[in-house]
Amino acid sequence: MTALQDQVAEFLAAHDPKTLPRLDFLRARFDAGLAWVYFPPGLGGQAAPRAEQAGVDAAFAEAGAPDNQPGRNTIGLGMAGPTILAFGTDEQRKRHLRPLWTGEEVWCQLFSEPGAGSDLAALATRAVRDGDDWVVTGQKVWTSGAHNAQWAILVTRTDPDVPKHQGMTYFLCDMTAPGIEVRPLRQITGEAEFNEVFLTEVRIPDAHRLGAVGEGWKVAQTTLMNERVSIGAVAQPREGGMLGVLTKTWRERPELRTPQLRDRLVQLWVEAESLRLAGDRLRQQLTAGAPGPEGSAMKVAFAELNQKLSGLEIELLGEEGLRYDDWTLRRPESVDFTGREAGYRYLRAKGNSIEGGTSEVLRNIISERVLGLPSEPRVDKDVAWKDLPR
Amino acid sequence: MNSPDLLYSDVEEDLRASVRALLTDRADAAAVLARTESTEPYDLGLWRTLAADLGAAGLMVPESLGGHGASARETAVVLEELGRSVAPVPFLGSAVLATAALLPTGDELLSPLASGELTAALAVPLTTAPGSPFPATVRADGTLTGQVRTVADASAAATFVVPAVSTSDGPGLYAVDSSAATVTEVVPLDLTRRIADVTFSGATARPIVLGPAAESALDSALSTAAGLLASEQTGLAEWALTETVTYLKGRYQFGRPVGGFQSLKHRLANLYTELVNARATARYAADALAGGYDVPIAVAVAQARAAPVAVHATEEAVQLHGGIGMTWEHPLHLYLKRAKSDELAFGTPGRHRTRLAELVDLPG
Ligand SMILES: Cc1cc2nc3c(=O)[nH]c(=O)nc-3n(C[C@H](O)[C@H](O)[C@H](O)COP(=O)(O)OP(=O)(O)OC[C@H]3O[C@@H](n4cnc5c(N)ncnc54)[C@H](O)[C@@H]3O)c2cc1C
Repeated sequence: MTALQDQVAEFLAAHDPKTLPRLDFLRARFDAGLAWVYFPPGLGGQAAPRAEQAGVDAAFAEAGAPDNQPGRNTIGLGMAGPTILAFGTDEQRKRHLRPLWTGEEVWCQLFSEPGAGSDLAALATRAVRDGDDWVVTGQKVWTSGAHNAQWAILVTRTDPDVPKHQGMTYFLCDMTAPGIEVRPLRQITGEAEFNEVFLTEVRIPDAHRLGAVGEGWKVAQTTLMNERVSIGAVAQPREGGMLGVLTKTWRERPELRTPQLRDRLVQLWVEAESLRLAGDRLRQQLTAGAPGPEGSAMKVAFAELNQKLSGLEIELLGEEGLRYDDWTLRRPESVDFTGREAGYRYLRAKGNSIEGGTSEVLRNIISERVLGLPSEPRVDKDVAWKDLPR
Repeated sequence: MNSPDLLYSDVEEDLRASVRALLTDRADAAAVLARTESTEPYDLGLWRTLAADLGAAGLMVPESLGGHGASARETAVVLEELGRSVAPVPFLGSAVLATAALLPTGDELLSPLASGELTAALAVPLTTAPGSPFPATVRADGTLTGQVRTVADASAAATFVVPAVSTSDGPGLYAVDSSAATVTEVVPLDLTRRIADVTFSGATARPIVLGPAAESALDSALSTAAGLLASEQTGLAEWALTETVTYLKGRYQFGRPVGGFQSLKHRLANLYTELVNARATARYAADALAGGYDVPIAVAVAQARAAPVAVHATEEAVQLHGGIGMTWEHPLHLYLKRAKSDELAFGTPGRHRTRLAELVDLPG
């Protein structure tokens, strides 16, 4: 038993998950430094190696403790949290990290815009200083879970007169503030997991700025690096995730098996296991610092694998693969790539190579920032943002 | 639950640095290429330095048996470096295969093997996969008679460890002096790892271990070799990727480095992604072999993953070098030939997938 597991046992002895109300339990777990153990003391952790997290989570799960429902707050936990930790003031960290981790406050990501997707730095949502506030106007798009969120991480344009990477500023945005309107956008799955978000003269106090004025790009980079790892390198047991869904069907349904499907399944089994190990390896390296561009490779491989697995599942199911469970437009509470049925999984997996940076853009990042190959000739680098063609 | 260590320890990094320094000094591309056409395809001087002076031959052997008491993890690091240099030394045949076969027996040959005084080879075809039936091509009835084809590193060996079957004792491992065997080198696809057909005609032999213990010693050797070969494959792929990146940064066409063209960048990014995955499986296999846990699955996954990655990386390297990649003069072909041969060694990826399907209960 490691010291951490002793602490979990002690904590469980003092806090009975069966009797303590869910939120009280989670808050106490945070305060005991057993939430994200690799975070600093006082902020839900104890600066432990990141690789220890999975063991701690498993110990809590084994004891039947309530979890913080990570599927409801993937953006908060995977992206907003680490970014606030890296760039937040002491006050911001104290104010936000606890309710973020417990799930009391769900976060969304106001980055992409109609004119700025892969080229995020082209974004146009304007923030203008007004006394102690900023006044923000613009449109965001593809905002996952905005309909559930109390808070958002938001990147804006504060200086249109300088080249695009230099004129951005990053904010923590209260989603209940006047001037914010969230409209559902229906996806190919039928549901509306993402939204359009319109911001009309939304007032954001300067105290909610994350990082310096004009440094929004740098702060956003931290968010994006974390996003790639949080999508592509989830800690999992062997046969976790999409593979587990498929192997279960394979074992339970002998009538569906063919030799040709079997070899494809085993190939994907090998790919999934190697990606799982690569994720473990990355987490062991990460104990020293925040994720770098290397994490992009995990996301590229994850997207490809999930798409192949979910495609194979439909083929395996034969006639059943022709059916779909439900096309009703709904606005889901949480995201689960392996949830619902085969048709949903197949369609939802298509987003894996688009969300969080497309696979094409991530391959650019790997080749330029990991392998050091020359970047594309740039026509936009030294031009003021306002003079860019669009 | 095991928590595997997938990183390289400081000690392993130190070992890597010494091996790399030696190979950079003594086995640069020109030297390796020149030797492939010489009458002495193995660099025995280099082998002595690596095996004896650096102690690489005795890494897996316990100190009580004359070795260095390290493990498969350190051996894997040596193989990575050998993969990066394709240096012509009989490390796989002697320090991995023959040594691993003897380890469970505690045989007296281990001590000279570990010190680098003795070079041995395990007399099995290089394509033999873990889990194969015990080979029956050699009969043991007082003396050994029979032939084993395509034995790796046979021509460098002074002693053979020979699996043979006798009427009275069943399967056994026997020690045979190379002077008692006929070793016929074949022309190999892989120019830096020689293979030979080895024939025994009433050869004098010393029994090492007989019966089920012989079967399990052989299987453990094949399993160890297959698992550790993934580290050599990782080294091959890493070399091919690094070399290609360097070349494409410096090669100008259309007024730009061709490494700036996106179709090539994306292919290299894919190779990088494959390499990251292959390395994780190779490290896992090495750690599993060292710790004696989850070995069959770890080995099958590592071979099923790393073998095709090494082939893909070296094939891509040839294509992306253009005409230069097709020349004898550029060392790339040595890596391609090694990677393709390695794909067959100790079972093809398809063979390992079939085994894996049984191991993880994916019935047909
Ligand atoms: C399911 C889902 C959820 C999402 N959730 C959020 C969210 O919560 N918050 C948020 O801010 N955003 C979110 N996004 C948006 C996502 O980040 C963008 O869709 C993505 O960055 C791509 O931008 P785009 O859609 O404008 O495509 P474009 O940038 O227009 O790309 C079109 C095509 O061109 C390719 N391309 C673009 N540039 C290059 C290049 N330089 N080299 C090669 N190919 C290139 C792309 O790969 C793509 O194939 C989500 C997207 C999806 C699908």
